[in-house]
Amino acid sequence: MGECTCGGNHKSDMLIPMIGVITDIRTETPDVKTFRIVGRDGKKLFEHMPGQCAMVSVPGVGEAMFSITSSPTNKEFQEFSIKRCGSLTDVLHGMNPGDEITVRGPYGNAFPVETALKGENLLFIAGGIGLAPLRSVINYVLDNRENYGTVEILYGSRSADDLVQLEEIQQVWCKTDGVDVYLTIDREQEGWDGHVGFVPSYLKEIGFTTDKKVLVCGPPIMIKFVLAGLTEMGFTKEQIYTTLELRMKCGIGKCGRCNIGSKYVCKDGPVFRFDEIDELPPEY
Amino acid sequence: MYQIKKDRLPELFAAMAGAQDLFLPIRKADQTNYGLWTEEVQVDLDTLKTVKSGKDCFFPQSETLYSCKNEDGKLSIDPAKLTDEPFVVFGMRACDVQGLKVLDNVFLNDPVDSFYGARREHGTVVAIACHEPEETCFCKVFGIDAANPASDVAAWFVGEDLYWKALTEKGERLTESVKELFTDGDDTAVEEEKKQIQAIIEKLPYSHLDLSRFTPERTMELFDSPLWEEMYKPCLACGTCTFVCPTCQCYDIKDFNTGSGVQRYRCWDSCMYSDFTMMAHGNMRTSQMQRFRQRFMHKLVYYPANNDGMFSCVGCGRCVSKCPASLNIVKVIKKLGGEA
Repeated sequence: MGECTCGGNHKSDMLIPMIGVITDIRTETPDVKTFRIVGRDGKKLFEHMPGQCAMVSVPGVGEAMFSITSSPTNKEFQEFSIKRCGSLTDVLHGMNPGDEITVRGPYGNAFPVETALKGENLLFIAGGIGLAPLRSVINYVLDNRENYGTVEILYGSRSADDLVQLEEIQQVWCKTDGVDVYLTIDREQEGWDGHVGFVPSYLKEIGFTTDKKVLVCGPPIMIKFVLAGLTEMGFTKEQIYTTLELRMKCGIGKCGRCNIGSKYVCKDGPVFRFDEIDELPPEY
Repeated sequence: MYQIKKDRLPELFAAMAGAQDLFLPIRKADQTNYGLWTEEVQVDLDTLKTVKSGKDCFFPQSETLYSCKNEDGKLSIDPAKLTDEPFVVFGMRACDVQGLKVLDNVFLNDPVDSFYGARREHGTVVAIACHEPEETCFCKVFGIDAANPASDVAAWFVGEDLYWKALTEKGERLTESVKELFTDGDDTAVEEEKKQIQAIIEKLPYSHLDLSRFTPERTMELFDSPLWEEMYKPCLACGTCTFVCPTCQCYDIKDFNTGSGVQRYRCWDSCMYSDFTMMAHGNMRTSQMQRFRQRFMHKLVYYPANNDGMFSCVGCGRCVSKCPASLNIVKVIKKLGGEA
């Protein structure tokens, strides 16, 4: 972890963060901003794999776990798409490029992009800010295009204004060969000529074939109905991956908050296959 | 085996405290808890169960992890100094010593918690056999022998004497440093004492609780038991059980604004509290029944599943005597374990 320069006798601990500098902030939606972070030396803070998370903090305000939304193939920086919904995220949303924060990580496992997902057709299903962790995988896959089959992305949001990474979706993903993107919003909206309806019902309307692995992330209620829909369509739980969100403080399986059954989501997760989740007490 | 008269213990404490910090049970405001020895304190070695276990000598109730400063937008981080001086904890009981082993499996497993690790490395524990185990004790259920505390040094009070035996290298170093106060002791008295202790334990009401149903294979069966709804009802969610528990390790990380900077500290937390799992998008445990169930499932099923069957309970009985609603792990073990 962070190399300390205080000259003290301590050995660096996993709980001691590094200093990160915000170099860019993009306003994605009325309540989501994407923060680009590097170290003070201008370099990437650490290496990570798609699906991993990191603890971001503003000292004096708080520290919380966020998924890393940038792909590991990006060698210059890490990005976090953060929704404004509490005291820490409130302060983060008020920050400017050049401001310093603290970061520690990466934590947790990753989507098995180099093993179980390699060579497979992939279907990504995301709702709202749930696109954040999947975006890391999507861009990793697109940057290693030859290693994967077809890529389909189903992404929905409350309104057209709440779709995050819309520019990248339209300018990059939609224009990449072998990538199909399906967007939907919950309710009719002026200026939106795309699909209207919830993600689970759109999923059934499209009717995907089952020759693929599925990666799902979104609000718990969406995940629940997506899972039901996929099962109905003939997908097995072994084909479906998701990433869980639970309250975390340490990130290393010790503080106890994200404990479900014998698993610690920060360490054994956050990525789980649905048949693995089935073995856990339903507390997520 | 060494021996020292009880009335010479102040000399022993002074000798140990001369070379390092010495923590032992101290009577203060009608409670006995571990504290730093000075000549003025009232040492209490008669109370079998200190209110809090000796856990906080290694995992303090609150400790600063690092300090942070923000000077003109530039952050600096100054990690707290790790313990690098030896210290002694005198008077822990066999159950609390086992409690440290439970914590070791959490904090010393990769990645090591260096704050805890440094204290474990530098702390020497002198554990005392329980002369008279109490009715709330059930350490025997977890294979702990209160007559033979497995620590750096084991000690026994017999009559007017304290018997002392080093069991580890650290224990031997401590023994060496205070050896001139000791006389050679004879095992016979101690062996007799052990037999008496074990005879008492054998007759204790909770000494024969049946843990055989608490296995990882039964996780879902136990989790789904309708008995939780029945059992949790009196729970006030006060968290007392978690704070007096020698094995509870859950913690929070918080910030304290010092006026000139921020101290990020960690402190004990409790799975009994509703905000323990509270997130922006909701709470995975919204009812007290779920929180109550989590605590006991963790101690009796989840922790053992990750630690070769070792339970995260040591039978100290503190929760039995301290719960204001008379709830405790013994009731849970009996109910879920199939007894009445």
